[in-house]
Amino acid sequence: MDKLLKLLSTNSDFTSSEIAAMLGEPEDYIKAQIKEYENKGIIKGYQAVVDWEKVDDSYVEAFIELKVTPKKETGFDEMAELCMSFDEVKSVYLMAGAYDFALIVRGETMQDIAMFVAKKLSAIDGVLSTATHFIMRCYKDRGLNLVCSDCENDGRHLIL
Amino acid sequence: MIDYSKYLNDTIKDIKPSGIRKFFDIANEMDNVISLSIGEPDFQTPWHIRDEGIDSLKKGKTWYSPNRGFCDLLKEICSYYKRRFNISYDDKTQTLVTVGGSEGIDLAFRALIQKGDEVIIPEPSFVCYEPLTVMAGGTPVIINTKNEDNFRLKAEDLKAAVTDKTKLVVLPFPNNPTGAIMEREDLEEIAKVVIENDLFVLSDEIYSELTYGGRQHISIASIDKMYERTIVINGFSKSYAMTGWRLGYALGPAPVIEQMTKLHQYGIMSAPTTAQYAAIEALRNGDNDVAHMREEYDMRRRFVVDGFNAMGLSCFEPLGAFYVFPCIKSTGLSSDEFCTKLIMDKHVAVVPGTAFGKSGEGFVRVSYSYSIQHLKIALERIKEFLEELNYGS
Repeated sequence: MDKLLKLLSTNSDFTSSEIAAMLGEPEDYIKAQIKEYENKGIIKGYQAVVDWEKVDDSYVEAFIELKVTPKKETGFDEMAELCMSFDEVKSVYLMAGAYDFALIVRGETMQDIAMFVAKKLSAIDGVLSTATHFIMRCYKDRGLNLVCSDCENDGRHLIL
Repeated sequence: MIDYSKYLNDTIKDIKPSGIRKFFDIANEMDNVISLSIGEPDFQTPWHIRDEGIDSLKKGKTWYSPNRGFCDLLKEICSYYKRRFNISYDDKTQTLVTVGGSEGIDLAFRALIQKGDEVIIPEPSFVCYEPLTVMAGGTPVIINTKNEDNFRLKAEDLKAAVTDKTKLVVLPFPNNPTGAIMEREDLEEIAKVVIENDLFVLSDEIYSELTYGGRQHISIASIDKMYERTIVINGFSKSYAMTGWRLGYALGPAPVIEQMTKLHQYGIMSAPTTAQYAAIEALRNGDNDVAHMREEYDMRRRFVVDGFNAMGLSCFEPLGAFYVFPCIKSTGLSSDEFCTKLIMDKHVAVVPGTAFGKSGEGFVRVSYSYSIQHLKIALERIKEFLEELNYGS
């Protein structure tokens, strides 16, 4: 795995000089490499991992299983694009197994999401069924532990 | 009131407690302390290794192991040394499983040293060699390794330290606290002096898996004619992040291991059973874990060396272990003053070089066995500390 991408995917907050030091490469080379990844669309963007439970704003997420009829010409892609076009939809995955798509949908209240599923998602031509699972708590997101209360506590002792 | 001192052994009373403790005690009293002082992996033991330990407990394997360790573990240790360092040991007569590498060092000293024997110890180095030599009745003879030699032991310094009383030379490489390693040419020169003077070597190789910059650890036991005069000490603590399991081993000539085994048998009986089952798994299936941790340490090593050099504290490139040893002489402070002031002013704990021998004066030991994020915050605080020092003067 590309070491630069691996580093950035664990923490995109590193500066290019920090990355250069860690990888033992010149800073200019690292800057150019990042630029190239951005231009080629390999790096799509940079986001903060937020623990929404600690923020006052209302925030609800649901995991939705979707069964669809693929289109003759475009297969699942057209259906995926339709799903992606909604602001409420955070992620879209094509799945192997009992259903076709998995969506992560975000809203301010459960009612928001219920209405979205009932009025928008189910209404798409070709959607056969939906199953909505509300997310109760996020424990780990993008490799980060969001709940560990003593993550910061170093359990080690100085011995000698 | 009983006068306990009259009951206590004078030799032991005279031994000083470890110098690292003082700063730990200060740090313990403070809030918001960022420590760079811990000398053990921050990684947890890989799961598949822990699982084997747990599984052995579930199966009720809670008895003593054989004195020298389980046969399977002894065999795996020998096949590991052959595979990694190309040295062959007999699992039945040349191998002993100990409670950490530290027990192995103690046993080797007690099996080899007699009253009046001199033991050559390069410093700065891990704090146990000198007191354990004294406890075994020997006389420590210190060689100061130098920054300009990349803290390697030089053959001419060894030669100059040898007397007709010298019996044993300690080779603590990769080194705690300097991060120095010895390369084949260095070891060949050392071997000449050892053989000429008919000495014995204790090679503490506990950090053997943690070498960087394309260097692989070379054991002095693999140098011509050194196999028969070297006791190798190693263990699972550093390479597999298994410090708390307390498991190490000693490898060497059968007559020496035989005596060490007696000491172990009467003093300890056997190493922890659960840890031995976990260690078998570590040696059989742990190579990828070791490689992964090494890569992580290497990244942190470069990050920290770069950080210190950028803030003007010159730092030779350590090629082993997980410590950097920056020179702080430019601040005008002693190691002790630097560390005390740093923890008081900025709540960052590092260890004065003098805790590892007088020649550590002018240096501090910084452990990079921490996450990059943690190291980043610590380096920022040290940078501020230096800026304020300069401003103040």
